[in-house]
Amino acid sequence: MNKTVNQKAWFLILPVLLLVAFSAVIPLMTVVNYSVQDTFGRNEFFWAGLEWFEQMLASERMWNALGRQIAFTAIILAIQIPLGVFVALNMPKKGFWASFCLVLMSLPLLIPWNVVGTIWQIFGRVDIGLLGYTLNAMGIDYNYTQDFYAAWITVVMMDVWHWTSLVALLAYAGLQSIPDAYYQAAKIDQAGRWKVFRFIELPKIMGVLMIAILLRFMDSFMIYTEPFVVTGGGPGNSTTFLSIDLVKMALGQFDLGPAAAFSIMYYLVILLVSYVFYTVMTNLDKRDGH
Amino acid sequence: MAKITLENLAHSYLPKPTREEDYALKSMDHDWVDGEAYALLGSSGCGKSTLLNIISGLLHPSQGRILFNDKDVTMAPTTQRNIAQVFQFPVVYDTMTVRDNLAFPLRNRGSDPAYIQERVQQIAAMIGMEATLDRKARGLTADAKQKISLGRGMVREDVNALLFDEPLTVIDPHMKWELRTQLKSLHHEFGHTMIYVTHDQTEALTFADKVVVMFDGRVVQMGTPQQLFETPEHTFVGYFIGSPGMNVLEAKVSGDKAVIAGTEISLGQGFGTPTGKVELGVRPEFVTLQSGDEGLPVTIKRVEDVGRHKIVRADFQGIEINIIAAEGENISPDMNRVVFDTAGINIYSDSWRVAPKAA
Repeated sequence: MNKTVNQKAWFLILPVLLLVAFSAVIPLMTVVNYSVQDTFGRNEFFWAGLEWFEQMLASERMWNALGRQIAFTAIILAIQIPLGVFVALNMPKKGFWASFCLVLMSLPLLIPWNVVGTIWQIFGRVDIGLLGYTLNAMGIDYNYTQDFYAAWITVVMMDVWHWTSLVALLAYAGLQSIPDAYYQAAKIDQAGRWKVFRFIELPKIMGVLMIAILLRFMDSFMIYTEPFVVTGGGPGNSTTFLSIDLVKMALGQFDLGPAAAFSIMYYLVILLVSYVFYTVMTNLDKRDGH
Repeated sequence: MAKITLENLAHSYLPKPTREEDYALKSMDHDWVDGEAYALLGSSGCGKSTLLNIISGLLHPSQGRILFNDKDVTMAPTTQRNIAQVFQFPVVYDTMTVRDNLAFPLRNRGSDPAYIQERVQQIAAMIGMEATLDRKARGLTADAKQKISLGRGMVREDVNALLFDEPLTVIDPHMKWELRTQLKSLHHEFGHTMIYVTHDQTEALTFADKVVVMFDGRVVQMGTPQQLFETPEHTFVGYFIGSPGMNVLEAKVSGDKAVIAGTEISLGQGFGTPTGKVELGVRPEFVTLQSGDEGLPVTIKRVEDVGRHKIVRADFQGIEINIIAAEGENISPDMNRVVFDTAGINIYSDSWRVAPKAA
């Protein structure tokens, strides 16, 4: 069969091309543009080459923010993934209480980021907050505006409260799809609870769990609003994560060049880790023979 | 290895069963003799799987008791009953190797590793999977997975009973026959009590010493394949077993005579005067086609040659009558009468068999 040659067909993909250009390529290129130039105001720019990248790579400030970011993401993943799975395992499987739990679990997910921040900001306040006031009344010295540990604990607890539901819901969906026959066979084989989890439930929810980890990684690695509302990055710089630092640099100090170089590296790190996750996930699927 | 006794057992999936129709399993008393191989035969939805799940403890009955060797286990969980059960669709532990899958039930019982090694090897040979022992179970074909499930069912030697819930549904026909033979030899070797659920009569008749036929939540007959063939206790057994099934015709019976749609035939023995809905059942093997004016008048619809014999489908006043004729027999269009061999006639009252009375 002869293929019809019709170069005009290229125009058909033009709308998509335009859409992608406006939504991704052009904004990204603006950032790239800033990252290789310097300005002294009045909209005059000078070529700076890779200077900003070198400066940022040598910047202690950026490495510290990255270190805090990695620590934060690692901590919340280490809490949310097991906790989410644990919650999912203990949720009712059907009936009224299953629906009830699902609604209850979805609630935190429906609250806007800055509202979550505000809730916890007030919740933790020493003078009027339920948590802050109670802890202090019990004689525990808790003040997230002054104490490094209190600030971290508050921010981590807030994220766990906000996002564990997502992991739980995904894991729950995975668990629901396991046919009864597997549990029956496990009973017949006299397997204990741990073995049922280890050899049936965990392998079957591995796929959705990887998605949950990926989503939680990306989201927590880019976290901005909630800690910004609660601690503003403090006390000192103790909860200044990458995004918060970036905004300080770009908008607070108006260091466009370094901030743009920072953004690009930030973006590449997320892209790289997501790619690794994607590869692992597709390999999981292949092993399943899909 | 145990005798399993069901006492006044019944089960309903509804929380508050009131009427008899609410029960998936109607009240029954039944003994499964230690060391026998049973086939549980019946159409889909007749309660076979329910009964099996109650025996293995996956389901607790709404009423009645289950005894293993006269010990009450009605409320005992599955893990304490030491029962092996193989399901219709394969269940394997994906992340384990075939070897670990087979060893799993033994490890859970804390068996000696050397024994496990040896036993797994034996079972692998039995299901023909020695070559794939070290492969991950995930990614194997449905066939292979089901063989693993079967293997896991057979790996424990000390089980109280082996239950099979239509285990060969997904297996290739030639492998089916081989596995069934393996199961039989396993039974001869270890003498486990085996219950094999199926809706395939060939499977049931070749596998079991005794066939239990279930219909509508009830055990309607238990017997040897020969008994089921010659004296079906219920019309359901009559047409479920046999190919084609038994011909069942409404009749008026008194003594040793029956009248079917105005034609009187002799029964050869007396049945008194059964009441209710009276039917005459006769297997196609005991029906002969002939010409003349003796017997029931029929018209031949079609003849199916199945190789070993011919099946003649004939019409008798709107009712189909099946006749099995020898392969070499000549069927001519003017054969318009059927006669029944009296040895093959059974009389039913409200679907249940009426025993002949000594005249």
